[in-house]
Amino acid sequence: MSNKLELWGGNDLIAQAAIDAGCRFFAGYPITPSSEIAEQLARKLPKVGGIFMQMEDEIASMGAIIGASLAGEKAMTATSGPGFSLKQENLGYACISETPCVIVDVMRGGPSTGLPTAPSQSDLMQVRWGTHGDHEIIAVTPAFMDEIYSETIRAFNLSEKFRIPVIILLDEILGHLHEGVQLPDPGSLEIVDRTKPTVPPEEYLPFDDRFGDVPPMANFFEGYRFHITGLSHGKSGFPTTDVEEVDAIQMRRQRKIIGNTDQILSNHEYHLDDAEIAVVAFGSVGRSAIDAIDEARKQGIKVGLLRPLTIWPFPEKRVLEIAKQVKKIIVPEMSLGQLILEVQRAANGNADIVGVQEVGGQLIRPREILAKLQEVI
Amino acid sequence: MADAAVAAPKAAKKKDKSPAKIEIINENCKACDICVDVCPQNVLAMRKDPAKWEGYVVEVIDLEKCTKCMLCEIECPDFAIEIS
Amino acid sequence: MTFDYSKYLRNQYIPHMWCPGCGIGILLKAILRSVDAMGWKNDDIVLVSGIGCTSRMPGYVDFNTVHTTHGRALAFATGLKMARPDKHVIVVAGDGDSTAIGGNHFIHFCRRNIDINMIINDNNIYGMTGGQYSPTTPPGSYASTSPYGHVEPNFDIAKLAIGAGATYVARGTVAQGLILEKYIKASFAHKGASLVVAESTCPVQFGRRNRLGDPVDMLHWIKERGVAMRKAEKMSEEKLAGKYVMGEFIKDDSKLEYTERTRMLIEKVQQKENK
Ligand code: SF4
Ligand code: SF4
Ligand code: SF4
Repeated sequence: MSNKLELWGGNDLIAQAAIDAGCRFFAGYPITPSSEIAEQLARKLPKVGGIFMQMEDEIASMGAIIGASLAGEKAMTATSGPGFSLKQENLGYACISETPCVIVDVMRGGPSTGLPTAPSQSDLMQVRWGTHGDHEIIAVTPAFMDEIYSETIRAFNLSEKFRIPVIILLDEILGHLHEGVQLPDPGSLEIVDRTKPTVPPEEYLPFDDRFGDVPPMANFFEGYRFHITGLSHGKSGFPTTDVEEVDAIQMRRQRKIIGNTDQILSNHEYHLDDAEIAVVAFGSVGRSAIDAIDEARKQGIKVGLLRPLTIWPFPEKRVLEIAKQVKKIIVPEMSLGQLILEVQRAANGNADIVGVQEVGGQLIRPREILAKLQEVI
Repeated sequence: MADAAVAAPKAAKKKDKSPAKIEIINENCKACDICVDVCPQNVLAMRKDPAKWEGYVVEVIDLEKCTKCMLCEIECPDFAIEIS
Repeated sequence: MTFDYSKYLRNQYIPHMWCPGCGIGILLKAILRSVDAMGWKNDDIVLVSGIGCTSRMPGYVDFNTVHTTHGRALAFATGLKMARPDKHVIVVAGDGDSTAIGGNHFIHFCRRNIDINMIINDNNIYGMTGGQYSPTTPPGSYASTSPYGHVEPNFDIAKLAIGAGATYVARGTVAQGLILEKYIKASFAHKGASLVVAESTCPVQFGRRNRLGDPVDMLHWIKERGVAMRKAEKMSEEKLAGKYVMGEFIKDDSKLEYTERTRMLIEKVQQKENK
């Protein structure tokens, strides 16, 4: 399927990319606007010998993928805001037990049932802080078809490499958009698998920090019998309330992500070199920003774009550099101000930050961003 | 496989004439008194022992009478009694 | 001869955390004897639990073990079993864990007829969180959240499982460990969704609040409430009030198991693809 232009829908393409990334277990629950992902995988997974399950609810879907992952499968679930809220407790379990898995959240308007068929970007903070307790998370935010494919592959790879749940964040527009795309030959992809232990079973500790901040992970039933719990645990995996032990493992889990941002972060930058104004945007709004910038450049406005492909962890260093370079940063987003909070935090007072916000359930169009650009120069 | 598995407990009930040996593992025993209660032969009893946190330990008072029925072992919640 | 439990235990964690006379320890031993009778290898077993006193069991056994979130053990177990249908997946849960917060997973596990061995330690109370009433707390009894007596009716978990489609359902009691073991073994040997309910004792949270005396008295109380299936058939509903029925209620080997059905579906799809 290489080198020719094919027509794909965003949700459908995620399903294909997941299979190409090695996903062989999917558990989900019907929810608009993500259901096509489940429907596609129900068709495709059996063909490659994989398992598709429609579970009894969102919570069970999240539990089942963690279970499958412990048994060695690459596993995924897909949902939208309300379902994602239900998954949060088990998402935290995947964080503390350091179990790789991938969750797709195709965002729709909220809170609650909100706008099931309209786009939104208001799950951004739920993705970061939805589950309770201190934890790191990785989230990727593709905007184009080729990125939806490559970021899905990257999501699985990051998840396996860092033993962490990774969230693919789309919105209703991207999920349902159909476009032509040239896909790479699946054989040419770089696929990462979890690092298996090299020590004999008697010496194996599931949270051993001797091998770096990401401990090697054995699969169940392969001779390495170990214990997994959602309780705070030590290196052995058994519960502990020892202050130093708990502190050490919390810090390591944080370090394995924020200490490796060079391997995790990915940005698309556009005309930033000489920019006097910057736009920070992601997903479908990022596409509007590109069009707005093209138009603004024609009008002589020196504006550039930072479009994070990894939104969590947040590219705070890069935002700070940009904030020092430009006078103003525009943050368009389909929410009442979630991304802008992060940009403000990272910019640390170095630039004026102005939002363009839309919560009625429609995309922020290029002309609205352009109007704001013209207003602030 | 099912039938073999279900038939297994019968083997444990086979008569065995050799004298019984009862071992109480005091570190595990929580002095719940269950073994004393379930023993049909009154082989066991609780004895005050201020050295133990629970205040009691299990004592074998009449070993001769033990039929090795294993009831005490089956019903002990704490891996604290062994019959051989 | 005494059974050698040590080969199935993480002996460094014994004595366990359960209170003196708690029924969970008796259940654990019945499970280990059953595993042994089946000849299963430690490596081939995963023991999955949720949250609560019973759910601390996986920590003590030398299998692959997962202590999951409250009520969700069956969801995790389903993923494990689907990924490795050739392995033995056992779930242990308390009454609250399995039939309140985990009730939805429970009925769908039964409906799917997936080959997971579910064992419920039913002690009629939330022990770990301090004695709150559960879906099996008998009406009229006292819990920390029913200080004036419990006003809700209780579940019959076995009937619930049968209604939902489980293909092996039995109920025993920790007061009769050998009979309980017999049921657990039969459930292990059965291919399909199996449930063994162990009527059990929580002398601390349930027993004390309901003035049931010490662990021994409580064990008698639980035993006396049990009525054998055959006898129960001839008893009126009033006579059965406050009792529970013991026995093997259903053992149906005629229904195709879920991982098997899934495997057949995959084969069918793949054959069609390759044509
Ligand atoms: S084996 Fe039987 S007779 Fe002997 S002490 Fe135990 S319960 Fe009593
Ligand atoms: S039943 Fe076990 S724990 Fe209880 S008193 Fe006897 S030996 Fe000790
Ligand atoms: S609180 Fe009840 S159920 Fe929990 S360990 Fe104690 S006696 Fe057992």
